[in-house]
Amino acid sequence: MIQARLRKNFTPGAESAGFVLDVEFRAAKGITVLFGPSGAGKTLTLDCIAGFVRPDEGRVLVDDQILFDAASGVCLAPRARHCGYVFQNYALFPHMTLRQNLEFALDRSPRLERHRKVNEMLEKFHLADVSGRRPHALSGGQKQRCSIARALIGSPRLLLLDEPARGLDAPLRAELYSVLREVRQDFGIPILLVTHDFEECLELGDEMLVFREGRIVQTGAPRKVFDQPVSVDVARLLGLYNLLPAEIRGLDPGRNASRIRYRDFELTGPYFPGHLIGDQVWLCIPPDLLSATPRDGQTFGNQMPATLVRVVEKPDRLRLEFAGDIAVDVPRSEFEKHRGAKDWLIEFPRSSVRIL
Amino acid sequence: MAIDWFPLWLSLRVAAISTAVALVAGLWLAWILANRQFRGKEILDAAITLPLVLPPTVLGYYLLVLLGRASPIGKLYEWIFGGPLVFSWQAAVVAALFHSTPLLVKSARAAFESVDRSFERAARNLGASELRLFWRVTLPLARRSILAAGALAFARSLGDFGVTLMIAGNIPGRTQTVAIAIYDAVEAGNGATARVLVVIVSVIALVILSIANRLTTNPFGPRQTAL
Repeated sequence: MIQARLRKNFTPGAESAGFVLDVEFRAAKGITVLFGPSGAGKTLTLDCIAGFVRPDEGRVLVDDQILFDAASGVCLAPRARHCGYVFQNYALFPHMTLRQNLEFALDRSPRLERHRKVNEMLEKFHLADVSGRRPHALSGGQKQRCSIARALIGSPRLLLLDEPARGLDAPLRAELYSVLREVRQDFGIPILLVTHDFEECLELGDEMLVFREGRIVQTGAPRKVFDQPVSVDVARLLGLYNLLPAEIRGLDPGRNASRIRYRDFELTGPYFPGHLIGDQVWLCIPPDLLSATPRDGQTFGNQMPATLVRVVEKPDRLRLEFAGDIAVDVPRSEFEKHRGAKDWLIEFPRSSVRIL
Repeated sequence: MAIDWFPLWLSLRVAAISTAVALVAGLWLAWILANRQFRGKEILDAAITLPLVLPPTVLGYYLLVLLGRASPIGKLYEWIFGGPLVFSWQAAVVAALFHSTPLLVKSARAAFESVDRSFERAARNLGASELRLFWRVTLPLARRSILAAGALAFARSLGDFGVTLMIAGNIPGRTQTVAIAIYDAVEAGNGATARVLVVIVSVIALVILSIANRLTTNPFGPRQTAL
């Protein structure tokens, strides 16, 4: 369990804009993903926890041990914090063999125990065959496993990973994910993982913290965050929705219905508690919840006419982009039947209509 | 024609000793300059660089005052070793030291600073003390540049003239280094001796510089970056 409250002020300089990190969170064992765009303070948060950066204010507690407390002036050196850290570039010592890299972390252990532990880790991370090699003679996957093994060999109370999947190709990424799932199961410690890839959050995260401009704007299970982003800012960060400015024109709690106006088109949706008629809101709908058919005269309720601008290939489907920044995902086979159609009807199923 | 080889041997010995001392003191200073933040850091850096730009006579004068027989350091030295420091071959070592250390500190600082920060962070994160970090990570990673800096310091020690003349003097067979011997030979119209010594010193310097260059640019060695 880790509890952290961190505040760090960077005053604006001649060449840099100012930045304020101001976050508070706790993370239990399992993978907690720190998600957000570049420059949102994710890596800085890891560095504050590991002790590379000293916050101005706040407190870092791991399993009831204080690593940092501004009020009482406690600030443990990085080497006393027992936080495993997997660096973005792995930071494996290039002049040491893989085995020496692991041994370096166990300097204080008796020789026999060190030997046993290193062998155990080499075995566990499938590195025994290449343990005599130096990092430059290892494959990307081996380097990556070695850096994780090195971070874990000293039995840390916490594992920190700074964008471990950055720059990896798809097979390596898949390998990393399976290694991390194993680590989650076998080590039972909190794992904080920095990423700006939401798919990674879904794939690995038990919990996620959404960072924006030095603050945490939403926390929760990744699936929950995806289903219910708390604000249009979070929805924009995820980048997975149609976000359309709209106005509430009618609310009927009795029939659990509402009328939403987008441009000169009205949609029917479910009742939205806590809103008033006339509220300016954002429609927030993932492209795969909409459907589209070529226009042939008649329109029914919740069908909006739109002009097709572009078709984008996705691995498992096609994304149709319409004028007015609306995207709709359709199966390839369905689109093939209507290839060439220019004018379409976009259907908004009633249950898909969500507002922020 | 008989050439007195003593100045050459003396110079090589002086250069070797001063390089060894400069490596110990210079690496320590360079490590502090590269890693510690403290008030007056830039002034310390400037003070270390000063011998590079001061006229040798000025530096020699300072040292003469600081280490002369009337100064506290000079007296202490005399009390311990039973003879004065100035105008001895040991004074030539001091001269060479002040001549070469600034260069060594400059290049060693750059070498330490060129080691990727993430290695140092990783070492600290893995529980290493600062001493262990230095010996096991930073120094090995910077070793080629450090060796090159040492070679340059040696070459520079060999070449000192002014400071040596000021504090070690020109006593043939005792403190006459090769640079001074060449000057003497030219003054005495002994062109043959001067030519031989000039060629030897040039060749030694050329060899050392090419070694230093090889050390700093080796495209085939193991890569020292992180990836």
